[in-house]
Amino acid sequence: MSRVIVFVENFDGHVNPTSWEALGLGSTLAQQWGVPVTAVVFGKNATALAEDAAQYGADHVVVCEDETLATYRLEPYAALLAKLVSEHAPKLVLGVGTNIGRELFATAAADVGGGIITEASEVSVDGDTLTATRPAFSGKVLMKMSVSAPNAFLLIRARAFKPNSKDASRKAEVTTVSPVMAEADISTKVESFTPETSKVNLSDAGIIVSAGRGIANNPATPPAGVADATIWKAQHGFETVVQPLADVLGAAVGASRAAVDAGYISYDHQVGQTGKSVNPDLYIAAGISGAIQHQAGMRNSKVIVAINKDGDAPIFKMARYGIVGDLYEVLPALTEALKKKLGK
Amino acid sequence: MHIVTFTRSTPDTTAKVEVNGKGEVTWGDAATVVNPWDEYSLEEAIVQAKNVGGKATVIAIGTEMHNEALKHSLAMGLDAAVRVWSDGLDVTDSLHWATAAAAAVNKVGDVGLVIFGKESVDTGTDQHIYQTARKLGWTMLSYVAKILELDAANKTIKVEKVLEGGKQVLTAKLPAVISVMKGINEPRYPSFIGIRKASKAEIPVWSLSDLGVTLPAASTQLVGYSNLPVQEVVTEIIDGATPQEKAEKLVEKLLEAKVL
Repeated sequence: MSRVIVFVENFDGHVNPTSWEALGLGSTLAQQWGVPVTAVVFGKNATALAEDAAQYGADHVVVCEDETLATYRLEPYAALLAKLVSEHAPKLVLGVGTNIGRELFATAAADVGGGIITEASEVSVDGDTLTATRPAFSGKVLMKMSVSAPNAFLLIRARAFKPNSKDASRKAEVTTVSPVMAEADISTKVESFTPETSKVNLSDAGIIVSAGRGIANNPATPPAGVADATIWKAQHGFETVVQPLADVLGAAVGASRAAVDAGYISYDHQVGQTGKSVNPDLYIAAGISGAIQHQAGMRNSKVIVAINKDGDAPIFKMARYGIVGDLYEVLPALTEALKKKLGK
Repeated sequence: MHIVTFTRSTPDTTAKVEVNGKGEVTWGDAATVVNPWDEYSLEEAIVQAKNVGGKATVIAIGTEMHNEALKHSLAMGLDAAVRVWSDGLDVTDSLHWATAAAAAVNKVGDVGLVIFGKESVDTGTDQHIYQTARKLGWTMLSYVAKILELDAANKTIKVEKVLEGGKQVLTAKLPAVISVMKGINEPRYPSFIGIRKASKAEIPVWSLSDLGVTLPAASTQLVGYSNLPVQEVVTEIIDGATPQEKAEKLVEKLLEAKVL
């Protein structure tokens, strides 16, 4: 029977919540085609997650909790996904374009000879042909690609589609399958794993507070013996004015390339052309001038707030709201105002 | 052991990219540069080839415009450059691209490691990387932040890989394909002598028949490019006597806009 397969991403027993967005789109498309939705969940805790998958819209759930799949590795995951796709010849295999999703889908698509489209922000279906809109040239233009069922692979951008609301009464038929690869045949071995320390992930953040070069204009005096006073000032600024605002908002902390390259903050915070492309509801850019490379990564934000000393900075042209002022005065004031208003 | 890396020419990162009336992507008279993510893979290929006492070759798949990126690579210090091209090759179809890329790696011969930059900014894709590994039948290690060990004699590699949830240290057998992140190294600038040498280099072109490849029908179709929808942003500058007053007004506006 034809179907839509949705890959539910599970890392060490924790589901990536953007997977429910894929399941939401999957059930919409399946309805148009008149076919059921099968969620697949691999790894630790997969059977327990099957219940959630049902409540978010899956009609069937395929689980595999084998030890070889306990921690994510490409080879055994791709082999099993490719096998399920070959068995079911689904119209569509759907997931979110995370680091895991990207390599997994591309690999399985190569195995079964299916076409793959990534980073989709809009999708339409005409018979067995699916057309998706996605960014190209660092998000400076859009491209439309089409792919045909069966065995079409599609990865969506995080936050581009809405999940179904959770329905506690929904149940799904659960099937347990065996892995394809034995441990001895898997070339990759995981030696160790260090969990991510930052609290909120940029790619699926609803609110982002970013700072740029302006963060170096910190009025605080570095302690004696600091090797680089500018770097100390900038890092101190991220800790004392950016992070507290992000904490009040439940936001992720971003940065411009200028701030990353100057050593003010680590690369995993970079938003823009050679960093992450984000689409939050609210993007607060403090001390960021708004170079075209930065704009490429954040222009899809719903509401942009610019805070900059220089009223002529290009960032103001794309901002809904602007405050001309020193971020070292404005950000703490904003943190206080929010605490008052949100009762925190 | 030979190391191969791939690159391509993309518009300068500061270029204004637009779609013209004919539906073509244009960037005015802006220059092309190597795909920004490839600066790191090119540097890593030079460093790792030196470490294992092997050669590093750079390959581009596409039309003549990609010679620019290949010459930049040679100027940086890559040992050899090749361009792969035949009419009918659909570079926007990742399976097409990967089939040609894998055949080119096999033609180079004795390759133990293929290094890619994290993604290509023109197509905005990385699936061609993983599919090249699959077409070669080699291990894929993506989002590599550091090569901890490359052992040509025992044919093993140990890397630090970045995932959304954290960092994994992985070991795998060679040959392998890896994609590297920004920050893995400090890419060098081409030297003056390097640039002079590269400008005179003749870059060989391998056709699909040289590679012995027949491509299947493309599995995806490019429907077309379009400009971004014009965002009508009316900027409201929030005034006030003090930062506190401005901040409080902003909070009111954000609550009205329902983004808090």
